[in-house]
Amino acid sequence: MPSHEQIFEDKIEREVRIEPKDWMPEDYRKLLIRQMSQHAHSEIVGMLPEGNWITRAPSLRRKATLIAKVQDEAGHGLYLYSATETLGITREETIDQLLSGKAKYSSIFNYPTLTWADIGAIGWLVDGAAIMNQVPLCRASFGPYARAMIRICKEESFHQRQGFEILLTLSRGSEAQKHMCQDAIDRWWWPAVMMFGPADESSPHSQKSMQWKIKRFSNDELRQKFIDVCAEQVKVLGMKLPDSKLQWNEETQHYDFGEINWEEFWNVVNGNGPCNKERLAARKKAHEDGAWVREAAAAYAAKKNHSSEIR
Amino acid sequence: MLSAYLIQLADNALILGHRNSEWTGHGPVLEQDIALSNIALDLIGQSRNLYQLAASRMNTLSPEKEPVTEDDLAYLREAPDFKNVVLLEQPNGDWAKTILRQFYFSRFQLLQFRDLLNSKDADLAAIAEKSIKEIRYHVKWSSEWVCRLGDGTTESHTRMLNALEELNPLVAELFTTTDYELAAATGGWGTDPASLQPDWLQAVNATLQTATLPLYRDEKKPALLLSGKNGFHSEHLGFILAEMQFLQRAYPGCDW
Ligand SMILES: [Fe+2]
Ligand SMILES: [Fe+2]
Ligand SMILES: [Fe+2]
Repeated sequence: MPSHEQIFEDKIEREVRIEPKDWMPEDYRKLLIRQMSQHAHSEIVGMLPEGNWITRAPSLRRKATLIAKVQDEAGHGLYLYSATETLGITREETIDQLLSGKAKYSSIFNYPTLTWADIGAIGWLVDGAAIMNQVPLCRASFGPYARAMIRICKEESFHQRQGFEILLTLSRGSEAQKHMCQDAIDRWWWPAVMMFGPADESSPHSQKSMQWKIKRFSNDELRQKFIDVCAEQVKVLGMKLPDSKLQWNEETQHYDFGEINWEEFWNVVNGNGPCNKERLAARKKAHEDGAWVREAAAAYAAKKNHSSEIR
Repeated sequence: MLSAYLIQLADNALILGHRNSEWTGHGPVLEQDIALSNIALDLIGQSRNLYQLAASRMNTLSPEKEPVTEDDLAYLREAPDFKNVVLLEQPNGDWAKTILRQFYFSRFQLLQFRDLLNSKDADLAAIAEKSIKEIRYHVKWSSEWVCRLGDGTTESHTRMLNALEELNPLVAELFTTTDYELAAATGGWGTDPASLQPDWLQAVNATLQTATLPLYRDEKKPALLLSGKNGFHSEHLGFILAEMQFLQRAYPGCDW
């Protein structure tokens, strides 16, 4: 009889999905809970910088699209919290970890949205980087995660196109609009490049994650791919990426790029980004202000003795 | 007169949609954040259809003028030009107030759009038909929440009582008839809101009763001096517009 470990390793080897009821190593479960809940939190916190512009969107069409986009992110959060629950941790527990500061979320959302062009830049660069990261996750070894990613990726690519289209419109507009467009790219470019995480040699969880086929490509591989794509797309906008060292390299068939400011990266990760406090405070406020609503719904459901559709 | 009537319908939808969208990302629980954002989207969608129709009617009437677009109507009018009822521009307050405002309005809008299904204006009837499915859902969703909150905990009940106290004085405006509504009703393309009041009262009170809340009574109080439908708004609308119209005002004549 093969052992649990052997069956598990064999499935990983043969690209058979691991399902919630299957035996799995405790470290695999932990790694997934950490990664998936972080991902869920990122979707939810990510609603804030963009939601910031819903009431100021410049046309009715843009307003509707932006609400729909932010609503999609809420949906992504939901799928991911549900997928994480299959690993034996409740949504409430996971959310508590976010609110207590124990769990992290993507640092990119700790940057402020200062102009309308930021909504375009987020769509193009942030959703763009997310897609780069997430498309390979559609083949992640854990079934519920892979399936959630398939649904999510479809919507993210829609978001990316919308973001690019916002920037394209600005890039063809007035001088002020062009300036707004370039300024947003200047501010979002490096934080987006950092979204792929630390360089491979200083990424502690990467190796296990690759071995278990959760991750398929290293941080640096994905980052390079992203830069190669954006360096071409930015030409369509007639704008520049803020990197004087960005240059096509015939030999490597990739773009060379400048130094990443890792000090800034770790600073934001460790809570000192421009909006870390505001983002967490907004999530806490929503949670606390909503407590009486959730209690009322639960009390009502108990009274009526039927299961309520809200939680 | 038709365009004034259409714009009134559109302004109601836009202003409530805008208010609801302020909740996006801040709702009490994810599912409900999504639900209310969805209602915001429906309402903004309705406002777009109605503004587009108003714009096309206005453009036909005045071919010599620069054509008007949906965005001109939403972004380049001043507060006194807006015709939404004062109820809808009220700040969101807590979840109870947001729910009650939605419930009161959706109940009203359902009756209004049901009548508009028979509008002589085929385009308006088509918009009503498209919207009414959405409105039915808004009524269902908000009624369920009125019941949950009214009959939930002591706190939620008290919060609903506060919401009733704040919003009830603003309800009467829904049923007052303006010149352009009367003209629309007489012309056969619109409906006189006063005629909707008895049905509204019955439906609303049925829900309030289930929710163990005090019924709405149509007391003959001194009339509210504000009349959003005639452009006489509360101070809140100015701030909504300052925020909403900021980019269009700061960078005139741009495409977005
Ligand atoms: Fe997302
Ligand atoms: Fe994502
Ligand atoms: Fe997205």
